[in-house]
Amino acid sequence: MSAAGDAIAIAPESEAKRGSTIVCDGNEAAAWAVALARVEMVAVYPITPQSSLVEYLAKFVADGTLDAEIVDAEGEHSVLSVLQGAALAGARTYTATCGPGLAFMFEPYLRQPGLRLPMVMSIVTRDTLTPQSVWGGHQDAMSVREVGWIQMYCETVQEVLDTVIMGYRIAEHRDVMLPVNVCHDGNYLSFGATRVDLPAQSDVDAFLARPSVNWHAALDPSRPMAVDPLTGGAGGPGPRTFVKYRKGHCAGMQNALSVIAEAHADWERHTGRKHAPLVESYRMDDAETAIVTIGSMSGAGKDAVDEARARGVPIGLVKVKTYRPFPTDAIVGALADVQAVGVVDRSVSFGWNCGPLYQDVAGALGRAGRQVPSMSFIGGLAGADLTTDHFGRVIERVRQLARDGRSGPTVWINEND
Amino acid sequence: MKAQAYPFFDTTGVPDDLCPIAVKPNPMLPGEWRSMKPIVDRAKCVKCAVCWLYCPVQCVVEKRAWFDIDYATCKGCGICATECPQRAIAMVEEAA
Repeated sequence: MSAAGDAIAIAPESEAKRGSTIVCDGNEAAAWAVALARVEMVAVYPITPQSSLVEYLAKFVADGTLDAEIVDAEGEHSVLSVLQGAALAGARTYTATCGPGLAFMFEPYLRQPGLRLPMVMSIVTRDTLTPQSVWGGHQDAMSVREVGWIQMYCETVQEVLDTVIMGYRIAEHRDVMLPVNVCHDGNYLSFGATRVDLPAQSDVDAFLARPSVNWHAALDPSRPMAVDPLTGGAGGPGPRTFVKYRKGHCAGMQNALSVIAEAHADWERHTGRKHAPLVESYRMDDAETAIVTIGSMSGAGKDAVDEARARGVPIGLVKVKTYRPFPTDAIVGALADVQAVGVVDRSVSFGWNCGPLYQDVAGALGRAGRQVPSMSFIGGLAGADLTTDHFGRVIERVRQLARDGRSGPTVWINEND
Repeated sequence: MKAQAYPFFDTTGVPDDLCPIAVKPNPMLPGEWRSMKPIVDRAKCVKCAVCWLYCPVQCVVEKRAWFDIDYATCKGCGICATECPQRAIAMVEEAA
């Protein structure tokens, strides 16, 4: 690892690739983002469908593409614990996991945002056990949506690369100081190879400042402190102290909304690539009904909307990129004029018998006083494909909702596939 | 409290609702929370040093004619009283 300010050695052949166009999958794109962001320490443990991502990281460290320390830890619990120590010592850190690996990481995962330690961790989303599954689905990431990490879901491989880099800008912002999960769909984005533009190293260096992640809490013999002392609500310093930190965490999350927007705008200035930061409105002008999507399924959703529009159906699509903090105002604004909404989830909220994104969208609309007929669609579980035909049926059902004028029960899209 | 080689972390400019840290030294000596305390019977003590050897926190101090206890660091575990071959150490309740 190079000290701050040192010239960083980059292998010549990888230097030549920066700023060029390559063909790669989402896992390699994430590894490239880690190299371009000059991450200083990675700790890894492989798990399907993330494994090739950490193999790329190991290769990049070995061949000099990434000038970082790498720790092959004995499990995900150690992976994140190692990185918390590294971050408290001042390093920019990265890891990736999913499914059972994320479950095994849960204890340090809970601690990371409370310590206000910035990092980026990719969740290569995978459906959770049981039934046994090694395929894609958002159930793992959705299961940790209330832990206090920022969560952004990508639609394309290019967006994976761009968002991992932007993630550091967002996480390390002084008004945010929170870890970021960049979620990319297992199988569809992890292994789908497409054309990807690698930004020039100089553009990334101009976009990202040198890391400053331990100015507030540090493992540093020259400024001793106790990190995370007992802070109870019933004894010790009293309830107000615990509440103060919880409120501070919530404030950091809300601050992230504008920081995310600002980071995306600045990324466009540096690279010319534009991604919607919070929600993307697709063909929503004069749309009478809308479907809401998240992740890679949005591509098929947009194609289905195009087909419906070609037949004269006034429907649009709203894609959620930033899921935590939930962009309430952006969602309510995007859906301001529609008469019915269908929300497509790739995961399940068991207690509500619907998808979690549906629950959030319905909550946001309800609190804004909008009574819109709505419906939850659950599909693409455990790697099942969500095709334009599926979305065509979703669109027809949502139009029916508008005609009925009332909400309908949850639909399981792949039930008969 | 021994002097620190470095000053403790200066929290000026760090929001107080960010991350729980403690920068004031708080020694929390066992004498503040011990429930039982060892009393040495000077007449019985033969200075065999068994208590001195067994004490897990090294709080036994040598006097001219007997061994005594440093009550600031003694945690009241009672190992010295159990091990004393002369039965010269008794464990008594701290102020009830």
